[in-house]
Amino acid sequence: MKILLCASVTPDTTAKINFTADKKSLEQANVTFILNPYDDHALASAMNIKEANNAYLTVVHVGDKSAEPILRKVLAVGADEAILINATPYNAQYVAQLIAEIVKQNQYDLIITGRESIDFNGAELCDLLAEYVGIPSIAYVSHIDITPDTIKLKRFIDGGEQNLELANTPIVISATKELAEPKIPNMRGIMSAKSKPLTVLEPTNLINMVELVEFEAPIAKSGVKLIEAENAGQLIDILHNDIKII
Amino acid sequence: MSVLVYAESIDGTFHKPAFEALTYGFDLAKKLGLPLHVVSISNVAISNIDELGKYGATHFITIVEPKLLNFYSGSFATALSAAVNQVNATIVILSASFAGKSIAPRLAARWGASVVNNVSGLPNTEDGFVVKKSIYSGKGFGYFNILAPNKVISIGINSYHVTERQANLTTDVLNVEFSAQDFPLTVTETERQKGKINLTEAERVVSAGRGMKGAENWGMVEELADLLNAATACSKPVSDVGWRPHSEHVGQTGITIAPNLYIAIGISGAIQHLAGVSNSKVIVVINKDKDAPFFKAADYGIVGDAFDVLPKLIEAAKKVKANS
Repeated sequence: MKILLCASVTPDTTAKINFTADKKSLEQANVTFILNPYDDHALASAMNIKEANNAYLTVVHVGDKSAEPILRKVLAVGADEAILINATPYNAQYVAQLIAEIVKQNQYDLIITGRESIDFNGAELCDLLAEYVGIPSIAYVSHIDITPDTIKLKRFIDGGEQNLELANTPIVISATKELAEPKIPNMRGIMSAKSKPLTVLEPTNLINMVELVEFEAPIAKSGVKLIEAENAGQLIDILHNDIKII
Repeated sequence: MSVLVYAESIDGTFHKPAFEALTYGFDLAKKLGLPLHVVSISNVAISNIDELGKYGATHFITIVEPKLLNFYSGSFATALSAAVNQVNATIVILSASFAGKSIAPRLAARWGASVVNNVSGLPNTEDGFVVKKSIYSGKGFGYFNILAPNKVISIGINSYHVTERQANLTTDVLNVEFSAQDFPLTVTETERQKGKINLTEAERVVSAGRGMKGAENWGMVEELADLLNAATACSKPVSDVGWRPHSEHVGQTGITIAPNLYIAIGISGAIQHLAGVSNSKVIVVINKDKDAPFFKAADYGIVGDAFDVLPKLIEAAKKVKANS
């Protein structure tokens, strides 16, 4: 069995987001980059499946070489090899087309990624990749159970959750945080990660069709209007009579 | 060339996200001078088709196939592609629901279109087709120019104001040729939260954090939410310790919401929490710590203990409800 984890790199969840003066990029000073948190849950699930099925786990990332320490950490958790496609991850569609080429050459049984990246929040990769490769996809998965014949899943749907079943054939899924608890690498994992293969591939020529024009910071609130705790009921009057939202 | 809106339905009924996408499509089609079409894809006949006319739709296409009960992005993309061909659409609009956000990329990849999920506001079409979307989980916005001639966009839930405008609606039935590939899965069980307001779609949300001290104290939160016709939500620490279900966790790694009113009780306002709620129109913060960072992001604030403040709010809300 072969598993592919599609991993992206995002600012840490506590990062303050500021943009450069030309509004074209993220201000990277004082920002720590991490494995996208949902991809961390995907990695943990991939490890559970790898251990139960004696599978081979590859992690693929589209980005520049600054991601190497994060990919080494994924290897330390237990992935067997890493592939870095040395290209700017403009958007999910661009990334999905590059990863689809890897998938077509390698025939993975399970491809797993986070439900969305916490930078662009697109939630597009899972279904794009599945369509480019021509296999089924299930997004927002909260539980997975693989048997020789079937794949049983639980997923989030609008307003609820659903159990479903598919034949055990190649599939792409996206992980929610309920799927598996992130794993911390142990010392043995960290040592062995250093000698695991990390292959850097140059991208094929692709045209980016969704171009960033500029970033914008949210408008700051003009200041809080405080209401005395004694007269807390006033709040309800304001919401009802003045701004009419209740 | 035309604009096609996918009106999403649950168990044969359109809800607010469908009317929101329709209003957006109506305004976009008008702006571009293109015809507007609306399509539904469902396993049972739609019960409230007439409502589309209330929001300006004139041409409606219905695709009904019992096997679509087992939701799969691929089969919905097949159906949507058929509608695209039927009306020669160049722009497809969906809701950025769980279903919409997975159908949109499927359709785009199949159709050779570009996709952007979670768009807010109409595009700027003076120099291309520039859409605005919330990024960094609400900590910023990005403007993106979609260069491809065919475009698929999904509209952030609660991000576009629904407008009523009565129109005469005509309905066509479209028969779609599905293949075995369109039905790879079988649904064995569906649990939907019954009788509760869907948090993502809610116009008002009452949310509480560790300041509530324990799961047993949530009765007051629920009572206030009921009186305000609001959904309930919570902060990450609260769902992590199991006081409330994960489905109520709003924030950077939980659900991102954009209600008209967000009331945060006993939540300090960590940056990860603010990220998930910062697109709310009016934010009310109740916290006993006057230095809680959340007050900086609030429109209205009460510095006080939740256990003193909540009963007062409940009492006032009861009076408002009795008089309305």
